[in-house]
Amino acid sequence: MAVTVAGKPVLTSLPDEPIKHKRVWSWSQPWVYLVALVVVAFSIVPVSFVVLGGFRTNMQLLESPAGFPDPWVWHNYETVLIGDHSGNFWGFLVASILVALMTVILVVILGTSVAYAIARMNLKRSGTLFAVFAAGLMFPATIAILPTWIILREIGLLGNLLGVVIPQVAFALPTTVVILTPFVKAIPKEMEEAASIDGCGTTGFFFRILLPLAKPGMVTVGVLAFVGSWNAFMLPMFVLQVGGANINLFGLNLSRTLPLGVQNFTTQWSANTTLIMAFTAVAAIPALIFFLAMEKHIVNGLSGAVKG
Amino acid sequence: MSTQVETGDPRAAKTARGSSPIVTSRKKKVTWKRRVEVIGFTVPALIVYVAFVFVPIGYALVMSLFDGTPISPFTNFVGFENFTGIFTAERQFGQPFFWDAVRNNLLIAVASLAIQGPIALGVALMLNRRLRFRRLIRLLIFVPYVLSEVITGVIFAQILNPNGALNYVLTEWLGLEGMRFFAWLGQVGDGGIGSATFWVVMAVLTWKYVGMAIILFMAGLAGVPEELTEAAAIDGASYWQIQRKVTVPLLGPTIRIWAFLSIIGSFQLFDMVWILFGGHTLLGQTGMHTMASYMVTMGMNRNMVGYGSAVAVLLFVFTLIVALIYQKFILSRDLGSDSRAIRKADQKKARADAKAAKIAARELTAAETGQET
Repeated sequence: MAVTVAGKPVLTSLPDEPIKHKRVWSWSQPWVYLVALVVVAFSIVPVSFVVLGGFRTNMQLLESPAGFPDPWVWHNYETVLIGDHSGNFWGFLVASILVALMTVILVVILGTSVAYAIARMNLKRSGTLFAVFAAGLMFPATIAILPTWIILREIGLLGNLLGVVIPQVAFALPTTVVILTPFVKAIPKEMEEAASIDGCGTTGFFFRILLPLAKPGMVTVGVLAFVGSWNAFMLPMFVLQVGGANINLFGLNLSRTLPLGVQNFTTQWSANTTLIMAFTAVAAIPALIFFLAMEKHIVNGLSGAVKG
Repeated sequence: MSTQVETGDPRAAKTARGSSPIVTSRKKKVTWKRRVEVIGFTVPALIVYVAFVFVPIGYALVMSLFDGTPISPFTNFVGFENFTGIFTAERQFGQPFFWDAVRNNLLIAVASLAIQGPIALGVALMLNRRLRFRRLIRLLIFVPYVLSEVITGVIFAQILNPNGALNYVLTEWLGLEGMRFFAWLGQVGDGGIGSATFWVVMAVLTWKYVGMAIILFMAGLAGVPEELTEAAAIDGASYWQIQRKVTVPLLGPTIRIWAFLSIIGSFQLFDMVWILFGGHTLLGQTGMHTMASYMVTMGMNRNMVGYGSAVAVLLFVFTLIVALIYQKFILSRDLGSDSRAIRKADQKKARADAKAAKIAARELTAAETGQET
């Protein structure tokens, strides 16, 4: 290939090269920032519209929905956080946290133990076992919703938070096992041999050595299960709303998870737009905080292999 | 759980006799214990998994052969009538129509790829360089994806309301008087690409999911070795040539996986449309049902769980067919060298190589003998 571009010699001497590099960057830089600005604005304008909307009265919203509220009205956020609707909001939040935590704990415990059995227990049918779980990836939870609803009614879990947790665990298991099995396999055999020489059996190895080592993998599947549970709408709708849940704890209303609660709130208070906006904005905060805190774990999850 | 065996301190025994003989001598004694261990590690998960994945799916298959209600799903056996009913139903005004739902799913899948793919690729390439605030930009782009579909749906239901912010901007800022009370989400009809409502839903879906594509592509681009682009630059390739011939081809696997996830997601779409339209009534009137929302409408709102299950079975079959086709023809490129496409390409290349060698040999001999070719 020639070293000339459009008849102009590019590589006359070595010091020219970085200069050329710089030039390519400098002409495009303002455009890049402009594009970034447009994309960022596109992402956050709708969200900030709702957040700001919560600071308006309904009259203000009708007269000028754009721009900053004038004056700022705290009333909507106040009723959601400490006023009339706080029992609902905090209750839904607690219910969401409970459901998500129970899902994560069960998924991680069950998933890790199965992955360990497949990868390390020298079972005759470990391949079949893996295939059985991997086959679950074919079945999206959506298609099982009607029978799940009927089965939960038959075993009396309709209207119960466990009725949301257990099917979620079942449908999170395939991904968990598929991610964790290679992870467990990657832990060096020598470690198990060393442990066995030191008198550690299969179960002991699992609890004392494998669990601490598999932590990054467990965090990854845990985060996946948590996010799935946190955002779920269809299953809670069937189990809690259609199932007529009525769970109260210390004056908090735990009969809805947050997404379902937001949806119910919008239909119940459909005339009060700014109140809906305040409720929605507050409901979005936990997810944002969670992602901010977990971003590193999500990225690093699987790259953190066995150390030591 | 303790693993100490009753025969004193196993550590001492092992160091005395070496490890492997102990394992064989212990084998018989330990079998029952091992059996308990195997059961303890696998059976709890298997029970939950089988009872809440395979049993419901079996239920759905059987239920689809009955004209059942949620209370008594297995009383009125009708064979394949639910399926023939779905396939032969006529379009009725204001009623949900299965083929509208199928069409919507397909259109959403195709439009998602066609709209989000190029945007995400362009933005990811633009941002793939040293920038101030790169981390902040990435974080803010990810915000729509972090929000649940329900929150997104509620946000846009407010914005797209006839009295909402979009119409305010269109009338007060841009002077489009005709848009004053335009019902973006209420265009009664059959949906489809001629309907404003369809494109509004597409816009919301783009808002929600283009960020994920950008982040995925940026992660993929971070994996492209800098040496390659530098080498191309030294060889005199322009910025666009480098992107087109080096970066984007190396991003291929990422793009193909993203497209796969996007297609499967489009087929399962439920939360967003259900929230945006506030349930099944408006979905039916605007012709914007998806297969999943059609299934819920029939199975839950109309208590026809048999019919709804038949829809679920079809949804599964459609998803599976699309997934298999995609894997066979597109993802197979990423799945190792034993796939057929690659073998074929190899054969072709080998043949071409042989031909080139022959020609070269002929030229060589011709040159040697001093003849013109």
